Amino acid sequence: MTEQTPADDAGWFAGVERDDTDAAAAAIREGRADAPADWPARALDAGFAANDDDYYDALHEATVAATRRAVREAESADDRQLVHAIRAMDDLASTTNELAERVAEWGGTLDDDPGTGVAYARDLAARDSETAAEERVVSLAEQVVSLADERDAEREFLERTVPTVAPNLASMAGPILAARLIELAGGLESLAKMPSGTVQVLGAEDALFAHLRGNAPSPKHGVIYTHEYVRGTHPDERGSAARALAGKLTIGARIDHYSCEYRPEIEAELDERIETIRARRDDGGAK
Amino acid sequence: MSDDDTDLPAGIARRDFSDGPALATRGDPVYGEPTSDGWRRWDPHRSKLGATIEKGLDTGLSADAAVLYLGAANGTTVSHVADVAGPTYAVEFAPRSARDLLGVCDTRPNLFPLLKDARKPETYAHVVEADLDVLVQDVATRGQARVALENARFLADDGRLVLAVKARSEDVTAAPDAVFDEALADLREGYDVLARARLEPYHDDHLAVVATPR
Repeated sequence: MTEQTPADDAGWFAGVERDDTDAAAAAIREGRADAPADWPARALDAGFAANDDDYYDALHEATVAATRRAVREAESADDRQLVHAIRAMDDLASTTNELAERVAEWGGTLDDDPGTGVAYARDLAARDSETAAEERVVSLAEQVVSLADERDAEREFLERTVPTVAPNLASMAGPILAARLIELAGGLESLAKMPSGTVQVLGAEDALFAHLRGNAPSPKHGVIYTHEYVRGTHPDERGSAARALAGKLTIGARIDHYSCEYRPEIEAELDERIETIRARRDDGGAK
Repeated sequence: MSDDDTDLPAGIARRDFSDGPALATRGDPVYGEPTSDGWRRWDPHRSKLGATIEKGLDTGLSADAAVLYLGAANGTTVSHVADVAGPTYAVEFAPRSARDLLGVCDTRPNLFPLLKDARKPETYAHVVEADLDVLVQDVATRGQARVALENARFLADDGRLVLAVKARSEDVTAAPDAVFDEALADLREGYDVLARARLEPYHDDHLAVVATPR
């Protein structure tokens, strides 16, 4: 019967074989109609299904398959992977630090010359243990080291991947800050659709809402504070620097989302703008 | 069971989960809700539709009703609907929520998940059948009345729209009553409002509306 491209008033089953779940799922995802119809009856008339139950069984299979595929596609999109990676990196960092403190605390009771942090855990992990207690500390230290290595691996993954997903954002903000902005916005597309004033205060939501309630000054910057262009500028000019940086990052995010083409002139404009802002202070900013 | 089961649709009952009677339906548990004798609790604090039923509004749900549920999210509420009603179409826009919704669909052959935008009914009108008995709408987006009007095409002439208007999704700064009045005015372009109720104490600043196409 119908070969392809079902007419506008056709149901999802038009031109689909009863057992061809792939084709049915594609029709569910891509098809459209202006108005609904009594699809179960039409499917019976067309010989697609034997009876109502059969129709609904086929519909269940097709909708589940279509949704599963659409979900997988949406979730494996590259910017989603960045969001997971940066969250994992943050979780690993906080867990590593907490356990490293525990190791230092415990190790200090057994060690003549205790150190601190992950470096001390690395040191301990390489030692031989004599008593049962030492064995536990060394084993815990090994865990800390492996968590720290995993954290570093996530960071390397981000540094490698962010520039391919968002080249402009990565070059201006650095891969980690770029990933963090994407994470806070909920994806590159959401970030691309944000006004630059929102990007400027991403990560400063508490301060922003305190301001909107009317009992605090407006925040000048959110996570973009970690950028050298904001942090390295004199406090009096940081608001301007944050505004300029957020503006260019927003433009970068839009180019990245809609064309993914690297445009070095945006970054050059940003450099120039920051130089002007810093020049307003005679000493050229707080160094 | 208590006497007031009579005002509940078939398939929904009040059962005692060791802390007094609570709404319940039959079916596989979905989100760790309490169960007893094959019934599972329908928590009105987690479900605006549950709260609407708890408030005594007649939602038109029945054993053979065909339902379109807009804003199915992770499937907590829609699982109860599918356990009570007939063919149930569940539209959800967010992929992450839809992933959880798929798990709910596994054991429910009458539940059909659709990863679609409720503001664009033409993208699922080739799947969802016409002349539905109930349209449940729980979308947290601006223009909730508009979404209901766009989707009126799926309802039978005597079908029911069950809508939860979230004041804060329309305008965070306006007074909820003003937002509700505006939403109801918009809704009357295509619907006759049969009943409404605020959903406190279960949900703050939400108005449940039951309406029928005009």
